[in-house]
Amino acid sequence: METIEAVLRDVPLFGGLTSEDLALLAGCASNVRFEEGERIFRDGEQADAFYVIRHGTVALETFVPARGPVTIETIESGEVLGWSWLFPPYRRHFDAVALTRVRATGFDGSCLRGKCEADPRLGYDLMSRFAQVLIERMRWMRIRLLDVYGYEPVG
Amino acid sequence: MATSPSAEAPTAPGATAPRPFRVARRRRETKDTWTLELEPLQGDPLAAAPGQFTMLYAFGVGEVPISVSGDSTGPLVHTVRAVGAVTEAICRSKPGTVLGVRGPFGNPWPVGIDVGLDVVIVAGGIGLAPLRPVLYHVLARRDEYGGVALLYGTRTPADILYASELERWRGRFDLHVGVTVDSATAGWRGRVGVVPKLVAGASFDPASTIALVCGPELMMRFTARSLLERGVPADRIYVSLERNMRCGAGHCGHCQLGPTLICRDGPVYRYDEVAAFAEVPEL
Ligand SMILES: Cc1cc2nc3c(=O)[nH]c(=O)nc-3n(C[C@H](O)[C@H](O)[C@H](O)COP(=O)(O)OP(=O)(O)OC[C@H]3O[C@@H](n4cnc5c(N)ncnc54)[C@H](O)[C@@H]3O)c2cc1C
Repeated sequence: METIEAVLRDVPLFGGLTSEDLALLAGCASNVRFEEGERIFRDGEQADAFYVIRHGTVALETFVPARGPVTIETIESGEVLGWSWLFPPYRRHFDAVALTRVRATGFDGSCLRGKCEADPRLGYDLMSRFAQVLIERMRWMRIRLLDVYGYEPVG
Repeated sequence: MATSPSAEAPTAPGATAPRPFRVARRRRETKDTWTLELEPLQGDPLAAAPGQFTMLYAFGVGEVPISVSGDSTGPLVHTVRAVGAVTEAICRSKPGTVLGVRGPFGNPWPVGIDVGLDVVIVAGGIGLAPLRPVLYHVLARRDEYGGVALLYGTRTPADILYASELERWRGRFDLHVGVTVDSATAGWRGRVGVVPKLVAGASFDPASTIALVCGPELMMRFTARSLLERGVPADRIYVSLERNMRCGAGHCGHCQLGPTLICRDGPVYRYDEVAAFAEVPEL
């Protein structure tokens, strides 16, 4: 059985972190598993955790009246699910549902925030890494806003 | 190293006068897209390489460039999206209808590529049509290639072309098929996100990959950036520029792109050869 620390070493989000930092992170982490169709979190809930997906796919959904649940984005293995734990008011904005069986590393948000406050260097480092994730997500969202297939001559 | 596909001068029989072809079969792909199988009224079947196109003539309406979308060893197949007068007339053509065909024209995809390279095929929307022949070619010689990935994006699940074929390909162990949509409808359980994101997450060895990309120009631009960020060399990324053209034979200049004419020198280009022109709107 691999230790959480060893698992974290292979996560792109944590690439280059020292063993000490990884051990600190591992102290707030646990292995979690969700069955297909299981709700990981719900819109409006308190955001106390984030996940690094190791296997499987998660849909970020919202409920649209008269249409039902609509997927806004899917999150795949290697990606991060959830960042509301990092910023007040620590509330979820969407539902997250496992589209397949999902294995992930779950992080306790308040545990991690506590460690970041106690060690501002680690806090800054993690904040930069999450900013990178947000920038990347925003980039994909902006491309979607362009509705490239709408510009397509053939449609 | 992959070499640039050699330009094929549009002097083949049928380059100037359309040859009559009969619609043998017609299949609806999506609400506005149809696949037509065409057979010549007389003479040899048309031999076109993956990536080439024909000028397809709906008699009395007009002529448009359309890529071959079938297996290059089989009959002439085109997949056409109805967007205007001519493409609508072509899509309305029932079996038995006669259409005019000139060509084939244009540079093919560089499918005679190095043994052992990973092949990443990235298609957006109707851009899967010109890339499907590449997949037929590669799958028929599967042992000659490393990993093969097809990454395909459309606007919505209802716009997915060749759905049952994609389903079959997805079941193969020697081919990775990733499909994503920009916008999901209720009930869609697949991926939602843009194609360049699929590229960012796909598994291939960038240093020994050849990437073939076709779709709307913006999609190709962002996809090429994702490929470059992954480390695929610019001279191993190929794009098919399907800007509008008129004569198809390098005479009228309608499809000029910087110093090149797409109908004569394209539509398939190496990305490093056209990136600078493709991003400037006036060229
Ligand atoms: C090399 C090449 C290969 C192609 N392959 C295919 C194919 O396999 N299947 C397919 O469905 N279509 C393909 N196309 C696009 C197709 O040729 C056009 O959709 C067609 O010319 C439109 O003609 P129309 O009379 O139906 O519509 P039009 O009334 O001429 O056009 C409808 C709208 O689309 C715009 N438009 C038309 N063609 C283009 C273009 N190429 N680029 C940008 N804007 C355009 C027009 O400005 C107009 O707004 C290809 C184009 C090229 C250059």
